[in-house]
Amino acid sequence: MNDFETVIGLEVHAELNTRTKIYCSCKNEFGARPNTNICPVCIGAPGALPVLNKSVAEYAVKMGHALNCRINPVSQAARKNYFYPDLPKSYQISQGDLPICGNGFLDIMVDGNVRRIEITRIHIEEDAGKLIHDINDTRTLIDYNRCGVPLIEIVTEPDIRSSREASVFLSTIRNILKYLDISDCKMQEGSIRCDVNVSVRRKGEPLGIRCEMKNINSFSAAVRAIEYESERQFSMLENGTPITQETRRWDDHAGISTVMRTKENAQDYRYFPEPDLGYIRISEERIRELKAEIPELPNEKQIRYMNDHGLSEQDSFIIVSDTDKAMFFDKCCETGKCSPYEAAKFMVGEITKYMNDTGTSISETLLTPELLAELVSVTEEKIISSSGAKTLLNLLIENGGNISQLIKENGLAQNSDSDFIEKIAHEVIDNNTKSVSDYKNGKTNALGYLVGQGMKLSKGSASPQMLRDALIKILTEE
Amino acid sequence: MLRENKCSAAEINADVQARIKEKQLNAYITLSADTAEIAENADNSFAVNWDQHPLMGIPVAVKDNISTKGMLTTCGSRMLSNYVPFYDATVIEKLKHAGAVITGKTNMDEFAMGCASDTSIFGSVKNPINADFSAGGSSGGSAAAVASGQAIAALGSDTGGSVRQPASFCGVVGFKPTYGTVSRYGLIAFASSLDQIGTITRNVYDASLLYNTICDRDRRDSTSVSARSISLPNCSALKGLKIGLPSELMTDEISAEVKKTVNDAIIEMGKAGAVIKPISVPSLKYAVSAYYIISSAEAASNLGRFDGIRYGYRAKDRRSLKEMYERTRSEGFGLEVKRRILLGNFVLSEGYYDSYYKRAISAVELLKREISEAFKKVDVMVSPVYPEPPFRLNKVRSKTERYTADICTVPASLTGYPAISVPFGCSADGMPIGIQLMAERFNDQKLLSAAYAFEQMIGGGVDE
Repeated sequence: MNDFETVIGLEVHAELNTRTKIYCSCKNEFGARPNTNICPVCIGAPGALPVLNKSVAEYAVKMGHALNCRINPVSQAARKNYFYPDLPKSYQISQGDLPICGNGFLDIMVDGNVRRIEITRIHIEEDAGKLIHDINDTRTLIDYNRCGVPLIEIVTEPDIRSSREASVFLSTIRNILKYLDISDCKMQEGSIRCDVNVSVRRKGEPLGIRCEMKNINSFSAAVRAIEYESERQFSMLENGTPITQETRRWDDHAGISTVMRTKENAQDYRYFPEPDLGYIRISEERIRELKAEIPELPNEKQIRYMNDHGLSEQDSFIIVSDTDKAMFFDKCCETGKCSPYEAAKFMVGEITKYMNDTGTSISETLLTPELLAELVSVTEEKIISSSGAKTLLNLLIENGGNISQLIKENGLAQNSDSDFIEKIAHEVIDNNTKSVSDYKNGKTNALGYLVGQGMKLSKGSASPQMLRDALIKILTEE
Repeated sequence: MLRENKCSAAEINADVQARIKEKQLNAYITLSADTAEIAENADNSFAVNWDQHPLMGIPVAVKDNISTKGMLTTCGSRMLSNYVPFYDATVIEKLKHAGAVITGKTNMDEFAMGCASDTSIFGSVKNPINADFSAGGSSGGSAAAVASGQAIAALGSDTGGSVRQPASFCGVVGFKPTYGTVSRYGLIAFASSLDQIGTITRNVYDASLLYNTICDRDRRDSTSVSARSISLPNCSALKGLKIGLPSELMTDEISAEVKKTVNDAIIEMGKAGAVIKPISVPSLKYAVSAYYIISSAEAASNLGRFDGIRYGYRAKDRRSLKEMYERTRSEGFGLEVKRRILLGNFVLSEGYYDSYYKRAISAVELLKREISEAFKKVDVMVSPVYPEPPFRLNKVRSKTERYTADICTVPASLTGYPAISVPFGCSADGMPIGIQLMAERFNDQKLLSAAYAFEQMIGGGVDE
């Protein structure tokens, strides 16, 4: 199957974090008591009319800039008509032929290669309500709070070739949304969702028949759904079963997808321009102003970290994926006091570990970019050893403080005095006879253990290299 | 509406209430319970200061598709026969603020789709001049109420002629202002891009007073625009006014009686110094088709929300969600409404959108260009309101006959231009015939001034 490939297109829906909803002044917030953030407009009361929240259009323009899109100064809302109890007007106000952003692209870094994914369009639309199925009852309850929550939908061309690329694309989109601060990006609150279009083909041949997968609630589910679907289609190809165009529902729990609709009974949404709203107009000047507000984006940052600082793809991705971390790292580098490469090691190593273990954000700790820079520089200058640096870092994270003072108070200064080192080495050898005989019997990795014991004994102050040399010297002499 | 000390609001209200009880026209669906109280409040206000809003204490009827908080708003449909809005339409807020007495909610064709007020679930409206005749539609209840003194003025809604035509049938003045000058917020939509709240009054002067009360830019309606108040001139606006009668609106489809009325009106206007110019708007031949495509498309979408889930009628026998939808909508809507929903969904469906909806939009664009070209030659266009005089309620006509009869009124709807129907002639049956005046967008002042001068000249217009 090596000459076959999977072709993937994505539709990503992200809820925007504007203060109010898209067509009324109800609060846009998650988790309020059911049916409390509602008004005649968002529940579609007869006679109520929508009025566009300008921020929604502006947020979409920002995303358009971030994805290198053409921004349409004049765009138009359109009605998408269908019946469902969570849709109180029986139509969703979305956009049709004239979306707010068209033709863009996003460059993502996948396994050392830059992949360009073309963006077809970005449009704005309203979210629907939420159905709550009562487990003790046959009734279904409806919470309309989510009606009118603003969404952008980002549609890609079928440019994605693997679940891995899809995963990187989705994470990059999420990172960009966070950098622009236009979405909370909380998967568990459903603030980002996606639909996936999958087809398979022999390389170089025209596009195959696609299936659309709905009900995908996490990025990892998207990966699983893509893998399942491309396997399903590959095996159909192998068996000579024709693939038919259909919409499928992904069941992440069972790890399978099932048919929702075939092409024959596809929904006809009867789109037409929304007569209750005029054209959406944004001045060229405002479009430029919004462009100026775009910060350096995570995908750009990643490439810079790799090119300028020599960071690996993985390490740079870990740093850019967290706006706090990336800002912290940039500030640390700006001090010019340390090597960014060494600082990055702390960022993705000890600091990330601490954050994961304690569930805190870097900005919540007492560590500052200046302190990290100083810490890296004293390590580089071998004033303290790497294990001493770890001890010092934990002290800084929890208490902050003055580095030279902390080194003094905790006896962390790296000691390169050969008498001191020799004394430590002898003490280690005397107290660890088992490891010593292991080493003599050819188990060379016992040396690492002995060095570690020595570092502990010196409270991290001994130069590990000198200690190691001293140990070898004594052990071979004996 | 001048009554400084001539009579009290309470007296006017009592008189109106007596007429409502006296003549069974089926003009109202719901009557307000608190008219006496509000009239009394108005009298108290006058006692303190005689200088009050012109509508203070004046009984005004409201078409039953305009939302009134806490008061049944049915659109003449079984679907909304139990629907009580929880907010007031912008125009209702304005009427209440002015101190008007809302008499009640008037009968209408179901969801404003019709021209005879005979598709209401509450029965047909009878014409006050002769109860065997139709009051016109869809704002037939409002027109009948004003013509019979069951209200001093009324609000209607006009999507393709629904204010002008019933006014013409009942011998009163029906004014559809420029699209957007009156907020649609709270008007239960039929076709959003065409719907316009209009006034039905006994004379042009009253129309200006009611219009001035309700017009305004409303931030809750994105299609609303700012509007200037109308003040009618003392001297005749007809002198030197250039008027034109589009030949396309005087074809063989227009009855002889109506043609004669329009021609007589033009002769009268000429006598008053108006300059008559021949004009032609060829694309008017597409107007009715374009109107039915666009209005039905929007209606199909607008009426989708009536699904039995949140309010209104819900079918009793239902086994699944799909069946609930189907039965609710089959039982809740009348035939004409269902016909238009089907038509609307058809013209929007995949494969037909371009050949129907899109072409209709192109036809409207052409019509707009041609009409604005014609308005370079004339200030006001004069035409019939309806091709025939008021017809009997039991008259059977085909749907296409009914639809094509909207030819004179739909052009102003499609272009968003203001138009007014003013009573002038009389049919052999003794029924009133109106003539229509139409002006360019935002020329509501010019239009009403011309209509006012015409009315003064022929000695029309009833005053209290």
